[in-house]
Amino acid sequence: MYWEEAIETMPREKLEALQLERLKKSVEKASGSIFYGDLFKKIGLDPKGITSLEDIRKIPFTTKDDLREHWPYGFLAVPKDDLVRMHSSSGTTGRATVIFHTQSDIDEWTNIVARSMYMTGMRRSDVFQNMMTYGLFTGGLGFHYGAEKVGALIIPAGSGNSKRQIQLMQDFGTTTIHIIPSYALHLTSVFEEVGVDPRRDTQLTRAFLGAEPHSEKTRKKIEEFYGVKAYNSYGLSEMDGPGVAFECPHQNGMHLWEDNFILEIINPDTMEPVAEGEEGEMVLTTLLREGMPILRYRTKDLTRVIPGPCECGRVHRRIERIKGRTDDMLILKGVNIFPIQIEKKLMDIPGVGTNFLIILEREGFNDLMIVRVEVGREFFSGDLKQLEALRRRIVEELKSDILITPKVELVEPGALPKSEGKAVRVVDNRED
Amino acid sequence: MIAYQLSIFAENKPGRLAKVTRILKKGKINIRAMTISTSDAFGVINALVENPESARALLEKEGLTVSLKEVIAVVIEDKPGGLDGLIQLLFEQGINIENAYGFVLESRKKAVFVVDVDQLDQTQKILKNAGFETLDTKALSAIEPFHYMNY
Ligand SMILES: [Zn+2]
Repeated sequence: MYWEEAIETMPREKLEALQLERLKKSVEKASGSIFYGDLFKKIGLDPKGITSLEDIRKIPFTTKDDLREHWPYGFLAVPKDDLVRMHSSSGTTGRATVIFHTQSDIDEWTNIVARSMYMTGMRRSDVFQNMMTYGLFTGGLGFHYGAEKVGALIIPAGSGNSKRQIQLMQDFGTTTIHIIPSYALHLTSVFEEVGVDPRRDTQLTRAFLGAEPHSEKTRKKIEEFYGVKAYNSYGLSEMDGPGVAFECPHQNGMHLWEDNFILEIINPDTMEPVAEGEEGEMVLTTLLREGMPILRYRTKDLTRVIPGPCECGRVHRRIERIKGRTDDMLILKGVNIFPIQIEKKLMDIPGVGTNFLIILEREGFNDLMIVRVEVGREFFSGDLKQLEALRRRIVEELKSDILITPKVELVEPGALPKSEGKAVRVVDNRED
Repeated sequence: MIAYQLSIFAENKPGRLAKVTRILKKGKINIRAMTISTSDAFGVINALVENPESARALLEKEGLTVSLKEVIAVVIEDKPGGLDGLIQLLFEQGINIENAYGFVLESRKKAVFVVDVDQLDQTQKILKNAGFETLDTKALSAIEPFHYMNY
């Protein structure tokens, strides 16, 4: 039942000793990068001065902006020749966040993904259909390598093409799927359309839900419709990708693999740690990464640690499903979108006025983004065709940047509420 | 001759047209003809009015987005085939009509057909050579319409 029993069940003190030993090495490695080298010099931090886990607080936080500003190689702690792969976060304007991996990084990442899958009962005999985008996005390749390590038969279906997905499940006896929860909900209508009942006509027993926060209610709906046990998966490309934290068969919080990461929960206002069990922003430190160690990374994800041991016997602490974000990042169909990206794009398009508003709606099981855009007063020449062309251009430009096709509505100048100070540009009407 | 048409940008929601006509009524501005073209969530209200300049000022004061558009108001005979003669001519000459609407001046005698075209100068020339009468804004203001019709 354990992938690596010794590590998964080791006593807490031993796990913390392992963490400290690895933290020292990770800080040492990080100091070889331009970013951390300069930072440590500036604040007078000697990596050798880290002698306890509490000492991690001597290290300043790292943010996504740091990663962007030191793009692409500022965080590299090894020569470029040692790198074997890169990944990039989805949907970011201009400088995307890029993470580089050495062979050892890929191996360690693969290991925790395999550990996560094995924990849910996935074995060599399983048929695993990976319904995630392969490519720069970590969700596809990350799970692929993990499943291969477990020894399951992988169907690298990729995302989309719903009818083929259903066909593949039936033809090859898929038992396990990896899917974005909103897509899993959407797919239910396709199943109905083609007259296939997943409970009766497939061999599905398990679903991994990732890349997008979802509610307990959504999980229940998916479990009900597909006749599976659905496991929540947490990860972010900055910390490898999926496999950072995963649910065990008890489905009560996600075990965060603390032999690979140091977990902190902080109050995002005071930056101080919260008491165990209190909600705050999750901060993560890589312990085994060589190519690009990242220390005290502010994930901007809000969660809490579920206090107490888990019945499964694993000592790695559990985090609750993600409650929200401390920034304004939106997650739509598994794609991360910042309103600022949309703003930047819009302001570069002639004819666009001063204000815009993003509205997120759920239509059936589909998430929909509506962007309401004020038209510039000078732009209007009384021509409907010209307006229609502007609308289409906005759709195309946004689509190329955020990878999602928004519905664009042009509105009269002054029709939208004026933004004062920090603009409220997003209305989220999605409900579970 | 060139006439000016008011084009008003309007979201496709209740009350937009009512706002426009209320403002024009308050300004005592007579409306000769009006059409609305819509595209999903937004549209354009086109109005042929007396004194388009002051109508524009009034509407803009109320926050509306307005543009004055040059159009050609062609006088045609109000009888079967009256419009066909004009349309066939424009078609033969390769003039593409972006938008058009009409109204009757004198029942069974005269009507006005308003066309919005890309090639404004060329169209005027063609009409003149073919003997069509066109009206400018002043001439349009001077006439007494009986009723409006839309195409
Ligand atoms: Zn557990």
